[in-house]
Amino acid sequence: MMIREQLKNKSKPFSILSLVLMWSLILNYQSTVWAAEFEVGQKNKAFSVPVLKIKQGDTVKFTNNDPFFHNVFSLSDAKFFDLGSFPQGEFRQVTFDKKGTVEVECAIHPTMKLKIIVE
Amino acid sequence: MWKELNGRVKYLLKTILLLIGGTSVGYSAADHDYVFEAGHSSLQEWLLPDLPPIPDDNRPTASRIELGKKLFFDPRLSGHGNMSCATCHSPMLGWSDGLATARGFKSQILPRATPTIVNVAYNSIQMWDGRKRSLEDQAIGPMEAVAEMHANLAELIPWLGNNEGYKSLFKSAYPNEGINRSTLAKAIASFERTIISNDSPFDQWVKGNSTALSKQQILGFKLFVSEDKGNCAVCHSAPNFTDNGFHNIGLKSFGNEPPDLGRFSQKPLAIMKGAFKTPTLRDITLTAPYFHDGSITTLTDVVDHYVRGGDIKTNLSPNMKTSLDLNSEEVAAIIAFLQALEGTPKPITLPMLPL
Ligand code: HEC
Ligand code: HEC
Ligand SMILES: [Cu+2]
Repeated sequence: MMIREQLKNKSKPFSILSLVLMWSLILNYQSTVWAAEFEVGQKNKAFSVPVLKIKQGDTVKFTNNDPFFHNVFSLSDAKFFDLGSFPQGEFRQVTFDKKGTVEVECAIHPTMKLKIIVE
Repeated sequence: MWKELNGRVKYLLKTILLLIGGTSVGYSAADHDYVFEAGHSSLQEWLLPDLPPIPDDNRPTASRIELGKKLFFDPRLSGHGNMSCATCHSPMLGWSDGLATARGFKSQILPRATPTIVNVAYNSIQMWDGRKRSLEDQAIGPMEAVAEMHANLAELIPWLGNNEGYKSLFKSAYPNEGINRSTLAKAIASFERTIISNDSPFDQWVKGNSTALSKQQILGFKLFVSEDKGNCAVCHSAPNFTDNGFHNIGLKSFGNEPPDLGRFSQKPLAIMKGAFKTPTLRDITLTAPYFHDGSITTLTDVVDHYVRGGDIKTNLSPNMKTSLDLNSEEVAAIIAFLQALEGTPKPITLPMLPL
């Protein structure tokens, strides 16, 4: 079973997050089954949210909505990755398997920053 | 009028499409629906905000700017007493030095070109490789750099404190903060924030003066922003003609052994090898030679570089095209547009320095 949650550019992450939380309270919690997917957009040289709280095992999908290339990387201990660069309309996914705070950036545009808190 | 309406309808349609389709719907290639008429609302993003970002603990005052100006022009801040910030960032040479790469302490050749300090206040990141965040952060660097001003701050700060003129200038600029690295940097940064170019013919045209640009220059601007033609604004974006980002644009010197790795030294990611910060293009006519290695002397050669998509293409920025479809008239139009980015020269009065 899998919950797919789409975070649209302007919707508030909190309402969707609390939905996910409620579900996990109502039903018996099993971490492997309850992996969720979050979508973060890249638009006007910014991530669609500055901070994202997720659970261990969740996946984040980064989608480029700008008419030029962006990159996504993190040098944080909790998750070290470089998704390379990709154009408009394409996306890359990362699964966060360790708890901690992950500072995500775009190497091309250093003002693009996103903090992912993995709980 | 019709064009404007047309633009609005397109925008509306796009919004609706976006609302229906969510993030899966792509934006049309021409993300900016510019209407190329003087003063048009779609162009206003190209005007610089009246004030650049300023840190809360260093609001500009007349006395801070005055002190910063004196420090900027004072050669006695350097180890040998003969080199000021203005030696390399000279107002007579577009706040740069006219050299391919800078000359430092005892005239040694430095590896990179001196960037202009025009509009640095609007940069969100400083230096070719972005190793400094703010102007306050940056200002002490060249003073202490052995290859540049070679100053010893442990001697310089007491010297400033014993100089009656500087003592009272610091006192009125930063009343309770004393004379130290922090106030020295803050004063210089306050002065740098006054070096601004925002009244070029292009700015006047964006504000509504329809005769400020020639037909050729307007064509140049169209080509500059068009992704299918010049593709320049992808990196040299509004309003300061920079994305404050880092790109390898395929300079010949990237083939040097070893090459200057640029941004890679700060962010060790493959894509950053040979990537340098996108410079502003405001006042670009005043700051030849061009590029971080000073390898190109004319704007024609700069545009030709982009037309052939650079020379060493082994790690080209993904936002750089490997060739451009521009004929010689179109190249000339882009250059004419770049010339329209020169602000009205502002006379500068050199400060008297306290002896
Ligand atoms: C010897 C020549 C020299 C002197 C003296 C010098 N600079 Fe520079 N300056 C440079 C060079 C070269 C760079 C670029 C270096 C790099 O990016 O690696 C630079 C970069 C800068 C930048 C960053 C601009 C940008 O667009 O990123 C600022 C701001 C600046 N200098 C201010 C100063 C100030 C203030 C002083 C005096 C305290 C000073 N400089 C003294 C040569 C000089
Ligand atoms: C992929 C991003 C990108 C694109 C596209 C781009 N530039 Fe640049 N531009 C840069 C970067 C980065 C530099 C500095 C590179 C270096 O020195 O290593 C630069 C430097 C320049 C300079 C020299 C500035 C100086 O102070 O030395 C000029 C002029 C210039 N570009 C004009 C243009 C024009 C005109 C176009 C379109 C035909 C264009 N650029 C397209 C990123 C870009
Ligand atoms: Cu980016």
